[in-house]
Amino acid sequence: MRYGTLIAGLGALVLVLFAASLLIGPAALGLGDSLGALFAGRGEAAVLVMREIRLPRALLGVMLGASLGLSGAAMQGYLRNPLAEPGLIGVSSSAALGAVLALQTGLAASFALALPLMALAGAVLSVLLLLLLAGPRGSSLTLILAGIALSAFAGALTSLVLNLSPNPYAAAEIIFWMLGSLGDRSFTHVWLALPFMALGWVLLATLGRGLDALTLGEDAAAALGIRLARLRLVLILGVAACVGAGVAVAGAVGFVGLVVPHLLRPLVGARPGRLLPASALGGAAMLLAADIAVRVIAPGRDLKLGVLTALVGAPLFLHLIYKTRREGL
Amino acid sequence: MSLLTLDHLTVHRGDRAVVRDVSLRVGAGECVGLIGPNGAGKTTLMRAALGLLPATGTSSVAALPAAARARQAAWLPQMRDIAWPVSVETLVALGRTPHLAPGGRLREADRAAVDAALARLDLAAFRSRIATQLSGGEQARVLIARALAQDAPLLLADEPIAGLDPAHQIMTMTVFAALAAEGRAVIASLHDLGLAARHCTRLVLMGAGRLVADGAPADVLTPENLAQVFGVRAYYAQTPDGPVFQPLEVVK
Amino acid sequence: MVGQSPFRRVRAVLRAVFCAVLGAATVTAAGAAPERVVSLNLCTDQLAMLLAAPGQLVSVSFLAQDPMNSAMADAARAFPANRGQAEEVFLMKPDLVLAGTYTSRAAVSMLRRLGIEVVEFPPERSLDDVRRHLRLMGQVLGQQARAEAMIADYDTRLAALRADPAHRPRAALYSANGYTTGGNTLSGEILAAAGFDNIAAEAGVPAGGALPLEVLVMLRPDLVITGARYPGASRSEALLDHPALAPLLAAVPDAPATNADWVCGTPYVLRAIEGLVAARKALEDGR
Repeated sequence: MRYGTLIAGLGALVLVLFAASLLIGPAALGLGDSLGALFAGRGEAAVLVMREIRLPRALLGVMLGASLGLSGAAMQGYLRNPLAEPGLIGVSSSAALGAVLALQTGLAASFALALPLMALAGAVLSVLLLLLLAGPRGSSLTLILAGIALSAFAGALTSLVLNLSPNPYAAAEIIFWMLGSLGDRSFTHVWLALPFMALGWVLLATLGRGLDALTLGEDAAAALGIRLARLRLVLILGVAACVGAGVAVAGAVGFVGLVVPHLLRPLVGARPGRLLPASALGGAAMLLAADIAVRVIAPGRDLKLGVLTALVGAPLFLHLIYKTRREGL
Repeated sequence: MSLLTLDHLTVHRGDRAVVRDVSLRVGAGECVGLIGPNGAGKTTLMRAALGLLPATGTSSVAALPAAARARQAAWLPQMRDIAWPVSVETLVALGRTPHLAPGGRLREADRAAVDAALARLDLAAFRSRIATQLSGGEQARVLIARALAQDAPLLLADEPIAGLDPAHQIMTMTVFAALAAEGRAVIASLHDLGLAARHCTRLVLMGAGRLVADGAPADVLTPENLAQVFGVRAYYAQTPDGPVFQPLEVVK
Repeated sequence: MVGQSPFRRVRAVLRAVFCAVLGAATVTAAGAAPERVVSLNLCTDQLAMLLAAPGQLVSVSFLAQDPMNSAMADAARAFPANRGQAEEVFLMKPDLVLAGTYTSRAAVSMLRRLGIEVVEFPPERSLDDVRRHLRLMGQVLGQQARAEAMIADYDTRLAALRADPAHRPRAALYSANGYTTGGNTLSGEILAAAGFDNIAAEAGVPAGGALPLEVLVMLRPDLVITGARYPGASRSEALLDHPALAPLLAAVPDAPATNADWVCGTPYVLRAIEGLVAARKALEDGR
C-alpha cells in the first residue's frame, strides 16, 4: 500500500538521520569508539559524550521535529489554510515569552516544570487569540496579519524581559529564543519536554477523522458527527503542549511545520488525517537534518537551527503566498 | 414512520426571530421541496433542525447525540467547501465518517456505498480525479454523492441543484425522488419551482420565517401564495408531460 | 566622528598610544598632580583607588561597585558612581579623566573636544601589564612613590607564589557559552603562574574562543575552572549545569571560580593565583 510505504520510508529516513546525528560532533570519535561507548559503555569520556551529549541532542531533534511537523499539519487541517504554522503565526514566540518569563522570574529555578508549563500557557493564549482574531475559517490574510502582530508583540516583550534581566548573558539570548538551537541540551531537557510533547502527540493523533471531515467545511463536518468544540479544544491543547514544550527547551524553530506538510501533502492524497503521522516523521527528519547541518557547516559555533529551516522555509512560504493569491484562495 | 419532527422550532438572530414557531413532520417516502424567497429562513430552518444552530422548541434529529444524528441525517450545505485537493473517491468516502470502524479503515460496506453514490451521480469516470480541479457543477455533484454515501434515512440539502446544467438538475431531482421511493426522506431547499413541482411529493412554503403553506405541490403553488409570498404570477398546469410551472411576471 | 578632522583623530590615537604604552603622562607636563580625577573604566577605577591620594579621585564607574566584577567593590562604594556619559562626567568638573581604550568611545572624544584631559589604558593582557599599569597610573596621578612601593610588593609576592612543579596538572578555564581562555591572556598567565597547564593549548585555542563541551569532556582536564554565576538565568550559563560536565566539576569539589580578582590587571590577581595554588596542592594530595 502506497501510504504504508511512505510511512515506512519516512521512518527509515528518521532512523538513518538519528544514527548520523549520534555519529557527528566536534569530538573526533571513530565509529567503533562511538558505538562501543553508546552500547557497551566503553571509554569513560566517550561514554559521557555519547550518552550525555549526543544521545539527548538526537532524541530532542526527533521529539522537536515530530512536534513541529505534527502541529503544523494539525493547524493547517483545522484552519484549512496551508500557511498556518506555529512559528509564523506567533504561537512559538508566545511560548518563548512564557519560557523566558519562567526563567527570568526564577520560577523555573524553584520548580522545574514551570518552564514547560509557562511556555505552554503562552502558546495556549496565542492560539486562543488567533482563533478569536482570524475566526473559525481564518482567511489567509487575517491569519497572517494576526500572526505578525502576535509575533511582534511577544518578541518585543521577550526582548524587554531579557534586557531587564540582571544576567548580562540573557540579553544576548534573544536570538536563541527566536531561532532555536539544540546545542548543549541534555537529558534534563529531554525529560522536561517529553511528557508534554507525548501528551500533545496523543491529543493531535486523535484529530485525523475530524480534520478529514473538515475538508467539507464546518457545517458538513458537524453534520458528519464531528464535535467541533471538542476538536478545537483538543487542537489548542495539543499544539500548545507540543510547541510549548519544544520552545521551552530548544527555542522557536520556524518553518518546519510549514515545509513538511507542504512537501508531504501530495504524497498522502492531500488527506489531512493521513498527513498527521507523515508530517510527524517528516518533521523529525527535517529537524535532525538541520541539526546535523549546523554542526557540519559551523562546528563549535552554535549556528541556530532556525537559520537553516528559514533558508529552506522562507522561499517556500513566498511561493505559497504567490500560489494562494493566484488561486484566489 | 416519521424521520423528522419539528415542534414549535424558533431561531433568533439577535432580537429578530428568523425562524418562527415552525412545526413539521416528515415521514419516510417523502421528497419535500422547501421553497420560499431569499431570506425566508429556509437554510436557518434546516440547520436548526440538524442542531447546528441553537433554537427553542424541539427537533427530533437535533435531540440525538452527535454520532447517532450523523447516521440519521445527512446534510449538504449550500457552501461548496472542498478545502484540499483530494480525489473524488476520497471526498465521497468522507460521507462514510459516521460509519467508520475505529482506526478509520474503509470496510466492504463503505466501499459499496461509495461506489453506489458515485454511480448514482454519474461520477464513476471521475473517481480518481482531483476534486478541486473539477468545474463548479461537477464539484456540486461530487458533494451530493458525498451526502448520499452517508447512507442516512434523511437527507437535507440546501439548494443542491443551483449551478447545475439542466440535465444534471433533472438527474439530481430524479435521484432525490428515487431515494424517497426507497423509503428514505429528502428535504431540499429549491428556487426552481418548476422542478420542485415536478419531482417533489410535498412542498413546504416559507415566508418571513413562518411556515406559510405545506402540502402537495398543487395545493401550495396557488396564485394567492405565489403573489403573497413570492410576489409573482405564474403559469401552472397539469399536462400529459406532468405538471408544468413557469413564473411569468412580478406583481405588486 | 563628525566635526573631527582626520588629523585630529590621528593625533588622538597617537596620544593614546603614547600615554598608555610608553607611560609618558601628558598631565605631568604641567608638573602638578591632577586634583579632580574621574575614572570611567572598571580597571582604571581599581588602579586609581589603589594609588590616588585622599580626595584626588572624584568618581568611579558603576561597574566598580559590582562585586561580581570588581575586586574593590566595597572601597568603590565610597565614591559617587558614573555611567560613563560625557554630560555627567563634564558636570563633575574633572581635570583628568581615566578611560579604557575600548570603553565609552563617544564620551571620551566628546570630553576631549570640551578640553578635558583624558588618559586611556588598554586592557591588561599579562601579569607584566599589572606592573606597567601601576607605574603609569602612578605617573598620571602624581603618585610615583606609592606606585613603586606597590610594584615592589607585587613582584615579591608574585615571585613567592610562582611555581614550576614537576607535575603540572591540566586545567581548563571554562565559562558561559563554552568560552575558554588560552595562554596569551591575563587569565592564562594567572593559570600558568599557579603551575597549571592550560587545556586550551591542546584544543588549539591560543587566546580565547568557544570549546565544544564534547571536546572538553574528551580532553579530561584535572581541573575545570568555571566563571562565577550571575543572578537571573541564562542559557549561556546553563551549559555549566550540563550533566556531562558534572563528573569533571565533581572531581575537585571546591575548585576556584574565575571571579572579580581575574577581571583586571591589579595586584588582586595574586589572590587568584593563591587560590589556584591551593587547588593544585589539594589535587596533588588527593592523588
